[in-house]
Amino acid sequence: MKLPQVLTDRKPEIIARWFHLVVSTYPPDTAKFLLQEKDPFANPVGQALREGLEGIYEGWLKGVSEKELYPYMDRIVRIRAVQDFSPSKAVGFVLLLKEALRQELEPEIKKGHVSWEDLEYAYSLVDRVQLLAFDVYAKCREELYEIRVKEIKNRVQKLWERVNKEITGEVRPEDTQ
Amino acid sequence: MSRISKPEELMKINYRPPKTGWMDTPVEFRRGTWLYAAKPKSLEVLELPNPREWSPEEEDWKLPENWKEILLQGLKERLERFRSLKLFLDICVRCGACADKCHFFLGSGDPKNMPVLRAELLRSIYRRDFTTTGKILGKLVGARDLTVEVVKEWYYYFYQCTECRRCSLYCPFGIDTAEITMLGRELLGLLGCYPDWTVASAANCYRVGNHVGIEPHAFRDMVEFCVDEIENITGIRVEPTFNRKGAEILFIAPSGDVFADPGIYTFMGYLMLFHEIGLDYTLSTYASEGGNFGLFTSHEVMKRLNAKMYAEAKRLGVKWILGGECGHMWRVIHQYMDTMNGPADFLEEPVSPITGTKFENAKSTKMVHICEFTADLIRHGKLNLDPSRNDHLIVTFHDSCNPSRAMGFFEEPRYILKNVCRNFYEMPENTIKENTFCCGSGAGLNADENFEMRMRGGFPRANAVRYVHQKYGVNLLACICAIDRAALPALMDYWVPGVAVAGVHELLGNALVMKGEKERTTTLRGEPLEGKGKREGEMEPGKDDA
Repeated sequence: MKLPQVLTDRKPEIIARWFHLVVSTYPPDTAKFLLQEKDPFANPVGQALREGLEGIYEGWLKGVSEKELYPYMDRIVRIRAVQDFSPSKAVGFVLLLKEALRQELEPEIKKGHVSWEDLEYAYSLVDRVQLLAFDVYAKCREELYEIRVKEIKNRVQKLWERVNKEITGEVRPEDTQ
Repeated sequence: MSRISKPEELMKINYRPPKTGWMDTPVEFRRGTWLYAAKPKSLEVLELPNPREWSPEEEDWKLPENWKEILLQGLKERLERFRSLKLFLDICVRCGACADKCHFFLGSGDPKNMPVLRAELLRSIYRRDFTTTGKILGKLVGARDLTVEVVKEWYYYFYQCTECRRCSLYCPFGIDTAEITMLGRELLGLLGCYPDWTVASAANCYRVGNHVGIEPHAFRDMVEFCVDEIENITGIRVEPTFNRKGAEILFIAPSGDVFADPGIYTFMGYLMLFHEIGLDYTLSTYASEGGNFGLFTSHEVMKRLNAKMYAEAKRLGVKWILGGECGHMWRVIHQYMDTMNGPADFLEEPVSPITGTKFENAKSTKMVHICEFTADLIRHGKLNLDPSRNDHLIVTFHDSCNPSRAMGFFEEPRYILKNVCRNFYEMPENTIKENTFCCGSGAGLNADENFEMRMRGGFPRANAVRYVHQKYGVNLLACICAIDRAALPALMDYWVPGVAVAGVHELLGNALVMKGEKERTTTLRGEPLEGKGKREGEMEPGKDDA
């Protein structure tokens, strides 16, 4: 059996393993909750992880463009970018796909259906996805700072508009932006 | 050339977090998650203890020498004073029903944000020093010694609770964890450990009359600015009065509505409404704040700030008070005012001068919520409304925590919204009304230095907005709280770009057809109304010269 076929056939199992490994990056009580609660609004982080990991895996398998992969990556990284993770841990969840692949494919390798070389090739493809996670992370952090500045400006925006109107007699477009 | 790692090597990486118990996991003050310390001058204004320069990041918090004695004495006094506190500390069986209901736990994944565990931070000290089993058995029964690390942990986590009370809905014993947070904050306050955002606002309010610290003349000036804007849009000059003795009604809004974007459009909506119905009302430059950051500071400060509104109502000789779209202001009025400063028996039982409706629910506090007042006007057909002016908006409604859970206030704002706009969709049932998710920035957390924490706390709310944004194209999140209006735009920008935030009375202002108004060409925000106000010679889309 060829590796792509195995990766397709074992999709639900691999994603489930990956999901399990990713939620295990949270403290044990939290991980338990993220795994168990199925209501998407009662467990928004768990839901985002499920949707994101599934989308990333499917896209990865099909070899889609980064642009197509982006929304799924964004769904997860946007959350981890504001949680209590260092940057490496926030994006490192992608590498856990390697661990999930190894765990799931080990029996196939032992049976000789898949070679270690095949697995290493798959690993190199995971690395590419990892790079995308860095891009998304950096963008989220940039957005955070931009929004924070915008919020501070909004707090006194009307005062500035008023002051400038007193001086110039009109509201300048730059004051309203 | 580097080689790709062998799987066996990869296996050596341990991604799992250490499994330390909560008592053995110290707090790390990472920037973006905690609130700056209060400046000494703010504490001095409010006569709060231990004013000093300090920072949570530093090792030494400059606590008083006898800090431990102060805290334990403070806890003892509060246990005697508030029976609810003793009950809440004693009866929790740690069933976990509240554990996954907190928006901060859901968004952060930090177990100490589970309400049960947040309460344990205080309960563990109570057990150790106030129960016999705790004194003897210690850690075995969940008791621990009071140390400086515990104080730091309290400061970190009691300011990651927005006192929204969602968790209390699910507690089979009715434990209100918000009350535990409030008392935890009071205890920290005995050591002078307050965040700047809340105490500076409370001090401003105490000294000047509003949280922003705007002096009376500047307050008046900003209202005049709104009056000019209204005239530009409608051609009508509304004429609010200030500190006018003998007015029938004193109107008090949260000050955020007068100074901040987008609250200011809500304020314009209020002024337009009052003009249209010919309400005999006055604003006050002294009681220029409906909010009460005392609620987030201590019971004493809350009482002081609340008192000024009633003192001003008495001084001006009004009959009753009308209150604007605010969140925690209504919790203070509805749940604390009456026994704190009330009953306000020098005022009259509120009656709408337009419809004659008696607001019996406000019989004792003499303060009516503007949504209730406006919904009554609409119900009696007193307003001429053109909801098509809001057709560019697809609206959903965020129930603000305090009006919903502290007042049971669900239908009035929805009734107004459904009369002033034609596209309205609810978010999922388990995220609205009494189950509403907090904006993540209430109870004094709406600073900018803890921005990341706010994004975590607001994620469950944003997640529900995202759902209606994707399913129905919702592009406006309406709310009835000034902190919501300040906090939700940033939350939306990060989690659900393309969704704006507005107060209910902004949308009412758009739809309100005023007597003698010129043709409206823009919304209150100055955005063009589709199909209206085209310049002469301008073509309509799809039509050619022929």
